[in-house]
Amino acid sequence: MGPNLWINYGEAVAAILFCIGFTNLLLQTNLIKKIIGLNIMDSAIYLFLAEKGYIAGRTAPIVTDGVTNVEAYINPIPSGLVLTGIVVSVSVSALMLSLTIRLYIRYHSLDLDEIAAQLKKEGR
Amino acid sequence: MSKRKPAEEYHKTFAFHFFSWLRGEKDPYLGNVEMKPQKEYEPDPELHLRHEKEHDAILDKVYDMKHNRALGLFHRLYQATSILFCLFLMALLLVTISHLPATGAAVKPVNNEVAARYIESGLEETGAVNIVAGMILDYRAFDTLGESHVLFVATITVLIMLRLDKNKKGEPNPLTKDMNPNDRIYEPKNDAILQMVASFLVPIIIIFGIYIILNGHLGPGGGFSGGAVIGAGLILYLNAFGFGKTERFFTEKTYKWICFFSLSFYCLAKSYSFYTGANHLHSIIPKGTPGAILSSGLILPLNIAVGLVVACTMYAFYAMFRKGGF
Amino acid sequence: MDFVCNFPFFSILISLFSGTICSILPEKAAKAVNRIVIAAVGVMSGILLLYLLGTGESFVYWMGHFPAPWGNEIRAGVLEAGMALFFCIIMYLSMAGGAHKLFDEVEESKHNLYYILINLLLSSLLALVYTNDMFTAYVFVEINTISACGLIMIRQVGRTIEAAVRYMIMSLLGSGLFLFGLCIMYDLTGHLLMSNIKESVALLIQNGEYQIPLIVSVTLMCIGLCIKSALFPFHAWLPDAYGYSTVSSAAILSSLVSKGYIFLLIKIIYRVIGFDIFNSTRIIDVLFVFGLMGMIFGSLSAIKENDIRRMIAYSSVAQIGYIYMGFGMGTQAGMVASVFHILSHAATKSLLFIAAIGLTEVSGGSRKFIDLTGAGYRNKWAGVAFTAGSLSMVGVPLFSGFISKLLFAQAAVQVEGKMLATLIVLGISTVLNAIYFMKTVIRIYATTGDTSYPCITFKDMKVHAIVLIFFILLNIILGVNSQPIVNMIEQGLAMFA
Repeated sequence: MGPNLWINYGEAVAAILFCIGFTNLLLQTNLIKKIIGLNIMDSAIYLFLAEKGYIAGRTAPIVTDGVTNVEAYINPIPSGLVLTGIVVSVSVSALMLSLTIRLYIRYHSLDLDEIAAQLKKEGR
Repeated sequence: MSKRKPAEEYHKTFAFHFFSWLRGEKDPYLGNVEMKPQKEYEPDPELHLRHEKEHDAILDKVYDMKHNRALGLFHRLYQATSILFCLFLMALLLVTISHLPATGAAVKPVNNEVAARYIESGLEETGAVNIVAGMILDYRAFDTLGESHVLFVATITVLIMLRLDKNKKGEPNPLTKDMNPNDRIYEPKNDAILQMVASFLVPIIIIFGIYIILNGHLGPGGGFSGGAVIGAGLILYLNAFGFGKTERFFTEKTYKWICFFSLSFYCLAKSYSFYTGANHLHSIIPKGTPGAILSSGLILPLNIAVGLVVACTMYAFYAMFRKGGF
Repeated sequence: MDFVCNFPFFSILISLFSGTICSILPEKAAKAVNRIVIAAVGVMSGILLLYLLGTGESFVYWMGHFPAPWGNEIRAGVLEAGMALFFCIIMYLSMAGGAHKLFDEVEESKHNLYYILINLLLSSLLALVYTNDMFTAYVFVEINTISACGLIMIRQVGRTIEAAVRYMIMSLLGSGLFLFGLCIMYDLTGHLLMSNIKESVALLIQNGEYQIPLIVSVTLMCIGLCIKSALFPFHAWLPDAYGYSTVSSAAILSSLVSKGYIFLLIKIIYRVIGFDIFNSTRIIDVLFVFGLMGMIFGSLSAIKENDIRRMIAYSSVAQIGYIYMGFGMGTQAGMVASVFHILSHAATKSLLFIAAIGLTEVSGGSRKFIDLTGAGYRNKWAGVAFTAGSLSMVGVPLFSGFISKLLFAQAAVQVEGKMLATLIVLGISTVLNAIYFMKTVIRIYATTGDTSYPCITFKDMKVHAIVLIFFILLNIILGVNSQPIVNMIEQGLAMFA
């Protein structure tokens, strides 16, 4: 263990959330729960990034009163990355949900294993 | 000829057949081995039904998830290994994090000359008061260009999955036949409270969204967040008044053209700025005075384009999920 | 700067923009735009390749008005330009070869959406090839994933939708790990551009700081990309996705999409972490072991398979194993062999998919081996092409597969400790390949086939036959004229450093 675990508690929470989301995506057979897991996982990464950009005692990176001093603002890069990441995760969630809707309409089930069993029975 | 058995009984024994074959009287293959003409196949519906039932029963048994023991065991094993893997991953990440630079410290690798230049010269070089907007739409614009196309390609895939199309003869496509045609029959619900509140709220929400988009370079906000707000307003309007009302001003055609023009503008504008940047040409786009609404070069028009795309995309997602077309 | 230097930028932007344009065009026009764009990008990449071979050094191209650590960048060297050219050729041929099948399997009103997906896929592949920025790579990895998922599910039967769900789940796990690794790497170095990260990493290694996070970050990124490119234990989604999607999609997915991720991994190894630092970690041993296991288990699954498309799909798992085994050797020669195998596998696998569709067409649309008996006589061109592809996969001289196996064997001899394992598994894998491919070839040339199916002559399938001829030629060129290509790969890898 390194020295910074307690100082980096935000990142630690992010890592735990990431693993929870990861496990959900891997383990749940219910598709909706899988999607929830995916969203937890992505949000955890954004939390991690937000923690990375934070600097104690500084404000959001929007120039106020013409002050352009590094001392005044937090790091703007992680914020930008989070913005990009959120859009990606929205798109992926929409895609997964549309796939789920189609599978549900066809097989009347949200359980991926059950759908696979029905597919094998169909034999196509 | 044997004397001990009567002739009839003797004719049935193996010895008789053997000796007669030896004497050449009889060819045992003749009439025994050749193919006989096959019986005409008579479909027996009862038998067929039984076979089908048996087949189904076998399949049911094989794919009965709850009672197939081998499968159940595999499932358990899979669960156990994935939980172990995730615990391992968690431990690994926690150890990693304990070695990372401390949160909130001012001196660490992340706070280097890159962030410093964005903050110190961002206002001057991009003209945007919002440093993050300046960063994602000017310094690192290629990422953002890719990002808006992620949204675009996601809409395309949702269209593929959920759009209910008719073929040239006007029949619904057989591939999507098991989908519910639409739920238009259930609406509008004409809920007076909802409609009243919506008629108050929708204009406010949409104006707020427009404000966020137009102020993207001056304060918190920008195309993505503003677009999402406008999209939410449109969805509220749809829920209150039904598809009949929204289709008067927003159909798939509108969506297609808005998306096309916004993305084309985005692509062309950014191509121009990339091209001039890489070839060290002077860009003719004025930066304006920082802080004014018409300033910061391309950032404002780009925000508007992105906002339009996002608003339409949010609405399109909802319409697709709701009834497979709009 | 010469005008040619704009070409990487032009190719990415043209293919992105054509995706947007195709959304308003009718199907025929979208198809034309798609073909023109692929051809134009191919021509530009070819010219760029010649230019780079002439100058002999790579260049970076600013994406914007700001230099390296502040703005985005793309970078072009011999290997990048060569890959882009090769991807365009394969994509054009796959699209042309599977075009007639598209009409049967995809709803007619959604054809132009298919071309949008192809255009965006091309642009994301090009961006992955050319990018010099890790976060740009992440964004385009996502475009690549989503459009690949679209390509799988556009044939809307239950199997493909389920396969698309499984594909998305595995891909999302992969992108999650990749993004997390990327964030840790950003936290340690403070940069997102590859060349700057590399400098910082070298400095960190020199000072002995942050060793554990560095290794973890590299591992996470590697595992993420391995999952996305279907390395052995993560391949469960692959057979259904490749086996049931429409044929152009299957050819493009197996030969290009997974290769895009692998190429990104090569870039990360060389340009982000540094080849020597990467080789001093334990990761290469893991990649080596999984590569070897993939080679054997992929082939075993392929032997058990009763469906020609799924068999070819499982064979992809084995071939991806070869590529990772080359990474795992940790030498320059192993890397060269892997890059050559990327080319050879892409050329062969798309040939096999396109030829298989020709065979199943003359067998009443069935993909079961029992129905394919004698299909080689009913469709002579597809039969010959399938045989050529099989020979190449098995590694018969004159075809590209032989050269890649030769290069792997040569590379293995130079590595102490991994030589024996590599050579043994290479031998076993070749035998297994021979079992399932030759079984198929014998089957399609058996004389006892069902004669009730129609025969197809050259006239009925001109485009298809021409595409197959081009594929065979490509294979033979890679197999006969391999030395200049190997030299080019070596030059390109040297430019990476």
